[in-house]
Amino acid sequence: MDLEREFERVVAADHRIEPRDWMPDGYRKTLIRQIAQHAHSEIIGMQPEGNWISRAPSLRRKAILLAKVQDEAGHGLYLYAATETLGADREDLTTKLIEGRQKYSSIFNYPTLTFADVGVIGWLVDGAAICNQVPLCRTSYGPYARAMIRVCKEESFHQRQGYELLMTMMRGTDAQKAMVQDAVNRWWWPSLMMFGPPDAESSNTEQSMVWRIKRHTNDELRQRFVDMSVPQAEKLGVTLPDPKIAWNAERGHHDFGDIDWDEFWQVVKGDGPCNAERIENRRKAHEDGAWVREAAAAYAAKKERVA
Amino acid sequence: MSFDNAYESLVEGHEEKHWAFGTGFTHALSGVDRAISSTVDRDDLAAYCLMLGDDALVYAQRLAEWCAKAPELEEDVALANIALDLLGQARMLLSRAGEIQGTDEDALAYLRDSSEFRNVHLAEIDCGPGPGGDFATTMARLLVFSAWRLALLHRLTGSADPVLAAVAAKGVKELTYHRDHAAQWVLRLAGGTDYSRERMVAGLAVVWPHLDELFTAHPIEHRLAEAGVAVDPAELRSEVDSVLDTVLGAAGLTRPDVASVPGGGRGGVHTEAMAPLLAEMQVVARALPGGVW
Amino acid sequence: MTEPRSSWPLYEVFVRGKRGLNHVHVGSLHAPDDEMALRNARDLYTRRNEGVSIWVVKADAITASSPDEKDPFFAPAGDKVYRHPTFYAIPEDVPHL
Repeated sequence: MDLEREFERVVAADHRIEPRDWMPDGYRKTLIRQIAQHAHSEIIGMQPEGNWISRAPSLRRKAILLAKVQDEAGHGLYLYAATETLGADREDLTTKLIEGRQKYSSIFNYPTLTFADVGVIGWLVDGAAICNQVPLCRTSYGPYARAMIRVCKEESFHQRQGYELLMTMMRGTDAQKAMVQDAVNRWWWPSLMMFGPPDAESSNTEQSMVWRIKRHTNDELRQRFVDMSVPQAEKLGVTLPDPKIAWNAERGHHDFGDIDWDEFWQVVKGDGPCNAERIENRRKAHEDGAWVREAAAAYAAKKERVA
Repeated sequence: MSFDNAYESLVEGHEEKHWAFGTGFTHALSGVDRAISSTVDRDDLAAYCLMLGDDALVYAQRLAEWCAKAPELEEDVALANIALDLLGQARMLLSRAGEIQGTDEDALAYLRDSSEFRNVHLAEIDCGPGPGGDFATTMARLLVFSAWRLALLHRLTGSADPVLAAVAAKGVKELTYHRDHAAQWVLRLAGGTDYSRERMVAGLAVVWPHLDELFTAHPIEHRLAEAGVAVDPAELRSEVDSVLDTVLGAAGLTRPDVASVPGGGRGGVHTEAMAPLLAEMQVVARALPGGVW
Repeated sequence: MTEPRSSWPLYEVFVRGKRGLNHVHVGSLHAPDDEMALRNARDLYTRRNEGVSIWVVKADAITASSPDEKDPFFAPAGDKVYRHPTFYAIPEDVPHL
């Protein structure tokens, strides 16, 4: 079919598919699912750090954290907007999220226990997100790629502020240093899991690579993240909780230990430490706000009738 | 944080290994003339900076409670912007008080007790998302607070103190936006559904008892107003009343028929809401003495 | 009378970053009406940077051509059907990505 060949030609030439172009159903569905999960992750991701805005121990940190969590709302918005160019509807996607029919990144189902977690999330979680997301700035679907450019620019500020907070705390009291190490211990392995299951078990990877929705495999991106993080940890003066991390000159990469995939699947399936709480908070905000959204829509409808 | 060119991200290449932005939150008073006139009482000036700074800080703390809880994502972004504006004002004003008193913004924010805070009660009460209110109560407070603070800052742009004048000039632009945001929502909630109108009426009744305190001058405000440094809040009443009446009139609402409650925030007397608010705000800073952040 | 929706319509946002440049499409957002759309756009896409000019327009008010002559609007699998959210039976249990 001509349209399909034209689609394949555009993708193969590394050009962008735009909203009104013809595209295979599978491509459209895969994109909606992936972008919606990404959007949900941004919105749910506001909670673990948002919890600490009220308790941030300096006014500068409070402002930075509030601005960061606000950025995440913005990222969610950009991404939901990208799904809408594909015919999806934000309200519908939100319903799917709060009914547990669509997922978000499992990382946000881990609890934030101390203020050091804010720094470690910035450094490791946002760092892992950047590894995942920078290639998406060149993804084949135009609106997604453009949203990701904006997201990545802001994420780099997030990672920077996180690392800077940790550097500051590592110059502080022994109690602060211990807090940082403890947070690194808790977040390192979940951060590695953010790249998804190993390539051999990743059912969606191959087709997504052909369509150039994805540009690198899970394992490639995970390796890049480890290689990036090891020298950063050294510089910071913390130990990554994996005795198997070692430079492998032959591969030109760091080796690292085995990931506990049982834990990964347990959290994905909804039995992580905070799954229920995160969804419940989102559901409550959405339902508590319904009368406000209705009021504004009713007001607009009245004004239109008068006009 | 700044977008000098709103669409630069669409036309520029992306550098993968680059941390693109500075954090830009460092110097609360950078670039402002900080000289103190010899005719101004330093203790009074510091106390006045705390009054206006605490109003902004405590209210920003309340507004930030909406984070991830707003009725729609767009409103989450809007409320965070307003909280960030006020936090910025608070940092400048507390820094000013701090440099006069030989301390800093964080010691003032985190190590003072309730009786040393000088904010008005309107800033500290729970107007939602906690049990004390909802989105309508939140917009009622935002309308009253921003109408009042805008009138105040507008006059303060002519202050004899260069820092107060500079903070006010920046704040006027911000507060104009806050006041308009609140007014837009009051119109929509009052004119939306029967239920939203009910909530709006109830919300106004929560904040109205705290109105009189906003126009009651503390002796320090009197003295500094005479010196051309501060604004006598009593002078703001007619302007604020007229703004509120205009918005309420457009929304088809009337002033709530409720009695005033005693104020006293300027002198360190607060409501029951204040201690838990501060306990939460200060918990990490106080739990780790000597910590650097 | 149409039922008031609890979800708001989609608006497209166009920004003139500085004098001498065209308005450029920067993205979209939801708002109950034009005025709130403009406010939301300032908050979201310009962080209230002064001196920029913003246009907002309801997405369904835009008439668009297709990018090339083989207009997929008329093709069997054209985009009309995708306007219906129910078209998307998104798998309920998506394990990863």
